[in-house]
Amino acid sequence: MNVRLLAFGRADVRSVRPRRLWMPLLRPSRILLPLVLPGLVLVVWQIVTVRGLLPVQILPPPAMVFSTLVDLIRDGEIVANLKISLWRITCGFVIGSSLGLVFGTIIGVSRTADDYLGPLFRALAQIPSLGWVPILILIFGLDDVLKYLIIAKACFVPTTLATSQGIRNIPRQYMEVASVLRLGRWSVLTKLLVPAALPTVFGGLRLALSHAWIALIVVEMLAATEGVGYMMVWGRTLFQMDIVIAGMIVIGIIGLAMDIGLTRLEKRLQRWAPSHG
Amino acid sequence: MADIASNASLPRRGRDRHALWRGLAVPAGLIVLWTIAARLPGNHSQLLVPLDTVLAAPFVDDSGREIWLGLAQSVARLAAGFSIGAIAGVAFGLFTGMSQSADRAIGPSVHALRQITLFAWIPLLSAWFGNGESAKIVFIVLSAFFPTALNTHEGLRAIPVQYLELANVMNFSRRQRVLRLLLPGALPSIFVGIQVALISGWIGTVGAEYMLGVGRGLGIFIAEARGQFRMDLVLVGVLMLALVGFAINTVCRRVFRHLLRWQGGTS
Repeated sequence: MNVRLLAFGRADVRSVRPRRLWMPLLRPSRILLPLVLPGLVLVVWQIVTVRGLLPVQILPPPAMVFSTLVDLIRDGEIVANLKISLWRITCGFVIGSSLGLVFGTIIGVSRTADDYLGPLFRALAQIPSLGWVPILILIFGLDDVLKYLIIAKACFVPTTLATSQGIRNIPRQYMEVASVLRLGRWSVLTKLLVPAALPTVFGGLRLALSHAWIALIVVEMLAATEGVGYMMVWGRTLFQMDIVIAGMIVIGIIGLAMDIGLTRLEKRLQRWAPSHG
Repeated sequence: MADIASNASLPRRGRDRHALWRGLAVPAGLIVLWTIAARLPGNHSQLLVPLDTVLAAPFVDDSGREIWLGLAQSVARLAAGFSIGAIAGVAFGLFTGMSQSADRAIGPSVHALRQITLFAWIPLLSAWFGNGESAKIVFIVLSAFFPTALNTHEGLRAIPVQYLELANVMNFSRRQRVLRLLLPGALPSIFVGIQVALISGWIGTVGAEYMLGVGRGLGIFIAEARGQFRMDLVLVGVLMLALVGFAINTVCRRVFRHLLRWQGGTS
């Protein structure tokens, strides 16, 4: 790091501004290098499919995947499926993480509550979402309740863990100041607990959303009749790999978008939040 | 790093015996309620099976006994897939962590692939490799590869620049650099990666078995039990899934702490 900064500094002294603007073009490796591998893969993919080395049912040509993707977007099929998926994830996330915030605060603030409920919670948290799917299918069938419950559970666990940890990590001194100042319960909650625990809690919410996304795909693949996950399973049954690959692309892009969005939000929060957690 | 936060539910040490009893109170109450409800004369529901029936199933029940064979198969699958995936992951992490141009050339592509939720690979893998053994192994390899690759890479990045400079000053050979500096320096992070990879590989194993079927395995056991509406067997299977995950975490924590004791208080 230091070395690179030094080098840039020296370049600054010697050259005038325009040269700096051209820097990226002078060093094309920065932009081009990451594109070499995907390019190579595309070329091999194209050759393999055009020469007919692999049947279309196994590997459709890149152009076909692209046109399928465009078609699915244009005729609204992806949009309709995405709407359903995103609605499920929103509901599940809101339910699961708000319950997690409440429960996490309770076991974070009260030792007694943690003694009673903590062990049971931590034991149940060992069961991955995947394990809850067959149990809940037996109870609720393939109903929509199942999907909301799985996603809510996927959000509840990380949010609870982060919230209780965030509260427990608040320095003792803060609480002592609060009791010296004779702050009321409400002021302690709004002026001390919430701001101090916020960075940790936010980390938990980010984790919750990514778990929710995974749980959504899993549950849609296992037990749904619509949604992005189902679309892929359906494409697989029809041996239309173009639909499957298009689904993977969509899933990747949305996963990336959610991650970038939340990282940005987290950075913005960190600007004013205290950094002790 | 964030991935292990959910596993970090360590019991706090040094709590009084009070806490233990309190912790048992609620589950005990729930079990009593469950038992009473299941033993009520009017209960003919297949969903509400008494706890003792559930726990006895792997020993007494004929289809329940299948779980041991399934479990053994699943663990064997995990071992095979994990070792390939983890070795490839560490190698990849070392490669991209040591060479900036390698990182720039393949890093972004791998990161793009990582954005695809793992389970979304299953339809493609099942078309390419069928529903048999190879598709499952490839899936486990993938689930173990990404965490180890990422954590090895991060571990190398976290090595202080001064150490690298020192290695340059002392004219370390490439071999010495890797064995004396890079690997030991990145070891704590690699271990984190291995633990995450084992857990994600285990869930991947059972998930792939559950989705693909064919053969034996814990996931297939659960799927079949679900198909036959055997709630007791489903519960036993899921309990086993969680127990193995718990065992992986516990063993990893112990072993890695032991292996890293030379580091003193740094981690």
